[in-house]
Amino acid sequence: MKTNLKVALVGNPNTGKSTLFNSLTGLNQKVGNFPGVTVDKKTGQSKLNDHQEAMVIDLPGAYSLYPKSKDEGIVLDVLVDPSNPVHPDLVVFIADATNLKRNLLLYTQVADLKIPVIIALNMMDLAKRSGFQIKVDELSAKLGVRIVPISARSGAGIADLKQAIAEAGTIPLQADVLDLKELLPDSRLIEDVQQEFSLKQAYTALQYLHHYQHLSFLTDSQIDDLAQRAEQSDFKSQQLQARETIARYQFINETLFDTFISPDNPVQESYSNRIDHILTHKIWGLAIFMAVLFIIFQSIYAWSEYPMSLIESLFIWLVNAVHDYLPAGALTNLLADGILAGLSGVLVFIPQIAILFAFIAVLEDTGYMARVTFMMDRIMRKVGLNGKSVVPIIGGLACAVPSIMSARNIENWKDRIITIMVTPLVSCSARLPIYTLLIALVVPDERLWGLFNLQGLALMGMYLLSMLSAVLVAWVMKYLIKARERGYFIMELPVYRMPRWNNVAFTMYEKVKAFVLEAGKVIIAISVILWVLASYGPPAKFKAIDQQFASPAYTAKYSVEQIDHLKASAKLENSFAGILGKSIEPVIKPLGFDWKIGIALITSFAAREVFVGTMATLYSVEGDASRMDSVKEKMASARNPETGQLVFTLPVAFSLMIFYAYAMQCMSTLAVVYRETKSWKWPITQFVYMTAMAYLASLLVYQFLK
Amino acid sequence: MKTKLSQLAPGESGIIKEFTDLEMSVKLMEMGCLPGEAIQVERIAPLGDPIAVNISGYQLSLRKKEASTIILQ
Repeated sequence: MKTNLKVALVGNPNTGKSTLFNSLTGLNQKVGNFPGVTVDKKTGQSKLNDHQEAMVIDLPGAYSLYPKSKDEGIVLDVLVDPSNPVHPDLVVFIADATNLKRNLLLYTQVADLKIPVIIALNMMDLAKRSGFQIKVDELSAKLGVRIVPISARSGAGIADLKQAIAEAGTIPLQADVLDLKELLPDSRLIEDVQQEFSLKQAYTALQYLHHYQHLSFLTDSQIDDLAQRAEQSDFKSQQLQARETIARYQFINETLFDTFISPDNPVQESYSNRIDHILTHKIWGLAIFMAVLFIIFQSIYAWSEYPMSLIESLFIWLVNAVHDYLPAGALTNLLADGILAGLSGVLVFIPQIAILFAFIAVLEDTGYMARVTFMMDRIMRKVGLNGKSVVPIIGGLACAVPSIMSARNIENWKDRIITIMVTPLVSCSARLPIYTLLIALVVPDERLWGLFNLQGLALMGMYLLSMLSAVLVAWVMKYLIKARERGYFIMELPVYRMPRWNNVAFTMYEKVKAFVLEAGKVIIAISVILWVLASYGPPAKFKAIDQQFASPAYTAKYSVEQIDHLKASAKLENSFAGILGKSIEPVIKPLGFDWKIGIALITSFAAREVFVGTMATLYSVEGDASRMDSVKEKMASARNPETGQLVFTLPVAFSLMIFYAYAMQCMSTLAVVYRETKSWKWPITQFVYMTAMAYLASLLVYQFLK
Repeated sequence: MKTKLSQLAPGESGIIKEFTDLEMSVKLMEMGCLPGEAIQVERIAPLGDPIAVNISGYQLSLRKKEASTIILQ
């Protein structure tokens, strides 16, 4: 028998919620890939016992039901909307035993919504070791809910928690915390709202009055109705919230007075303090941060080199095998030169993305990322960002899509918008293969003063340029965008902890999967379209070419191989892709690009990573299609058929790199910016400013270097 | 006499008396900064702002501007 009990995990950030989620659901989880509105919801099935299963929903961490950020808003949205598909039948409230007081604020709010609750008291082992005394049974009796002590990290108590979930009733048992009559003497307003929206709980109605502007499920007329009621009754949201918070903390203090005894100087905190002395030190703090970044990048290149070349050679082997063993024809060509060539361009990123996300996960998990935010806030504020923008910007080095989503925990609207607008300028991993390829073509593999690898320096230059541009653009936008509210920076600094390797592995797996599926779909589709466009053209033209090369003027002069080559070249030029590339050639010629690069530009407007695939496809089509050498070799020997000069000269390569550094060539990013800002204004602005910047910068670079 | 949280040096502490700003107070109170609570400045960020304080058993960071809205006893 399967029951489909819906269980939501609710709790403060840094309480081990995701660890608990992982241990409840195991590998049985799915990440809803940005469905509909904004919710990035994680759900999973948990086997409670032999006959019961529950659907577990991992809600974002929040400090209270009064949302300060978008992430926190999701919690409120789900909990106060009974018709939400993930509105829970039961809340498992996860609380950090070492920081119970602040954790219980959100608990008392959730409890007053009268959804059945179980408290999972996490980090009990740590609390005991640090000298906390928690009288669990008495606390449970006072609150009227079941409390299960657990340790999400070691897995202790998880079985008990599952049993408690299985046994949970459908009737909320918790004691009332807030006396609404005392808070709001005129109860008519609440009663009216309760009736109008048929809400069972008075506290839910109060939440509607506080947050009607931000609840996604309300219709416009409902919002107007609530706004009118609030105004007529002179509903003072902030004052009421302040009084509610004080009342709740009073209750918490009374409750914890004889059930929770904290040591004078908790062991873990003094330990954390000692680490902070070094890691946030006046001088060492920033130096260590720079060193950490340096190590991350070195590792990304050093560790990914071998697996990347392995993936590359695997694909070269595959393409050759397809050509050798399958009958020659259009379908074989499509498979080898269209699909496989495009696919290798995606899969080759996996090692780098996995390593970068692993590092970011470790930094976040240990608590170091919060310190980076703390240290960087002042600089970031100067340029119109926020300390919390550091996370999306560093994440932007991997991929702008998840990074833009991670900007959700920036509370301030203006800071958040600017962060979203500049994050795609940061060199993401999709640009890396383009840089590597072009640098390898034109920058000699030599050492400067016998020390620094020139190619490495060029690459570092591209990354520095991207960071600098992001900062500059942010600074300009600071003056262009009007603030809606005051900026502030109130953030918990969690104690340092060892990273949970399970979580790191999960994050790595999830991000790689999302990348391969999301980017892979686009790239394969584009590769196929591109192959068709490059292989076919207006039939009359193609026929004429066939006839031209069959004429004695050619057959007498050239060998069969030479003719094949010339014919392929002529056909590509006259194919649909060639026509397309040629039509934009006048625009891109001042940047140093020919029509073939033009084709690559057009195709990579959907996703940058297509560039290398396009080059592979274009040069496979043109050259001897039965042998796929590495793309680099083909590009290095490419010559302009008219002038006979090399195509990829230093000015062209640099102009192209600069173009890729700035141009907004990622549909996924634009889509996610639209979802996150709920307006076309921002993705369009982003597309226009970045593309304009790309064109101008490339023009400058090419004209200057030429 | 020092009356604002922003005026404390690292290691110094005080008891919260009241707030000068309603909007900030709501956010600070949620994070455990309530009138009557002891608050201690732990450290200052390398560039001079924000600061890290210890409040009700955990560490919170806030900008000096926000700290100046907290009046101490």
